[in-house]
Amino acid sequence: MSRRHWAQRAGFSLLAFSALMVVIPILIVIGSIVMRGMSAMSWEFLTQMPRDGMKAGGIFPAIVGTILLMIGTAVVAIPVGVGSAIYLSEYARDNFFTRSIRLAIVNLAGIPSVVYGLFGLGLFVIFLQFGTSILSGSLTLAIMTLPIIISAAEEALRSVPTEFRTVSASLGGTKWQGIRKIVLPQALPGIITGVILGLLRAAGETAPILFTVAAFFLPKLPESVFDQTMALPYHLYVISTQVPGMPLEIQYGTALVLLVLVLTLNLGASILRSYFRRRRQW
Amino acid sequence: MLDTKSTDQPYRKWVEFAIESLIRVIGFSSIGFVFLIFLFLMREGLTALLDVSWGNLLGTRWYPILDIYGVLPLLLGSILVTLIAILIALPLGVGTAVFVREVAPGWAREILKPMIEVMAGIPSVVLGFFGMTLLAPLFLKYLGLATGLTAFTGSVILAYMALPTIISVAEDALDAVPKSYRDASLAMGATQWQTIWRVVIPAARSGILTAIMLGLGRAIGETMLVMMVTGNAGRMPLTLDSLFRPIRTMTATIAAEMGEVAQGSSHYHVLFALGIILFLVTFIINLAAASAIFRKRRRGGLR
Repeated sequence: MSRRHWAQRAGFSLLAFSALMVVIPILIVIGSIVMRGMSAMSWEFLTQMPRDGMKAGGIFPAIVGTILLMIGTAVVAIPVGVGSAIYLSEYARDNFFTRSIRLAIVNLAGIPSVVYGLFGLGLFVIFLQFGTSILSGSLTLAIMTLPIIISAAEEALRSVPTEFRTVSASLGGTKWQGIRKIVLPQALPGIITGVILGLLRAAGETAPILFTVAAFFLPKLPESVFDQTMALPYHLYVISTQVPGMPLEIQYGTALVLLVLVLTLNLGASILRSYFRRRRQW
Repeated sequence: MLDTKSTDQPYRKWVEFAIESLIRVIGFSSIGFVFLIFLFLMREGLTALLDVSWGNLLGTRWYPILDIYGVLPLLLGSILVTLIAILIALPLGVGTAVFVREVAPGWAREILKPMIEVMAGIPSVVLGFFGMTLLAPLFLKYLGLATGLTAFTGSVILAYMALPTIISVAEDALDAVPKSYRDASLAMGATQWQTIWRVVIPAARSGILTAIMLGLGRAIGETMLVMMVTGNAGRMPLTLDSLFRPIRTMTATIAAEMGEVAQGSSHYHVLFALGIILFLVTFIINLAAASAIFRKRRRGGLR
């Protein structure tokens, strides 16, 4: 008995240890970037153009670029992603075609981000002649975020009880009316959570924008969707590897801004999810 | 709320039909995108086979400046970094999943779950930056290496990139093991640990296998952090100590060189050919993982 008890203790300690080994490094990464990045934080850092070969001044154009790319991604990815989810949850039957769609989504989720970059270069930049532009980058990022949005939205739609649809139909509503006025509003919080998670991925990715939109340095903000733009993740890559003699403070500051942006969105998604889960009455 | 007047039936029917068709088209778009991605990789990459001889492509040296495009060192580099990363991530990931799902008290679960979500959200370029500026110097100092930017440094950080995937899929797998299995084992006098080790984990093994595969797919396709921390030296990793030397992966090569090549050059086409290899490898891995999931569902078995 005591030997078994001992084995259980050892086993549980091992499990707890592995959990600690997972969590502690995350805390170290976040903690060290926050601590070292804080000193760079100032209103000027967030709102001014870079100066002296990016070695001074702020990172305003990179922040604006990332926000523009997120907006562009959202404009394309939300209708297509939510539409796909509606099809899968409300219309599709369980047949060969539906299984193929699911397989395609799993594969889209698994394609390496740099391959998305190549694809965006081949299709949008070169073949469709959008050039290295916000348009090309947004389209590339949108296709990359689709699987995240589709699976979250489908789950949200499926969690709406069938009775809601039945009642809508029994009152004389068409299928689409039922979806638009009953099912979609009920599933909205879940869908928004999925959209935030997708956009957060788009905001943090570097490889897909390398050849489709990202600019090393631009003296002014982009003026149309056909302009290049700077972006936070690419800017961090550039100043930490491509520019010799870059002050560490600016590097950590940039990393911190990117981290805060992504973690805020993450936190927002979590809060939204748990808030609506508690409020749900069915 | 609902429009019950229904005076204009034909109009409404037409709207219904139009919307349904649109949603159907959008629903199938994912297949279209996968197809488009493959098509455009092939369009730009297949030419590499015409431009560059097989002997050259299958060579052991990567010197694009001299038109030497041996992809083997890059392929092996990717494989080495990925395998070591999974070797690190697998025990940690499965251990954490088991801890969260089976052992941890409520408060620990409440802390761990969001932490793992946060980890999934950290951009790879931030992890790469952390690895470059803080971890690599540490490894350099304490492991007695010539440089801190090695395959091993890359693998360690890559493991943390793959961990969220492995943990969440493994958790789902453990979730799918029926409570009756655990009850039966405990009723026969087994301890909780014996139940976990001999009943729950074996019953969840197909799901854990899926977790490994998805983790592999995630790791082999990772680009930025690998490019920033592995040192990018294109040599064949054939001996054991190459783990502690700089190495170069396929993803990093594409990302680092595509910006500088002339469009339409052999180098350009070979980089797309690397993209085809990556696409096919992750496609096969995900196909295998997905079929494992589908099989379980069809059998209806565990749930």
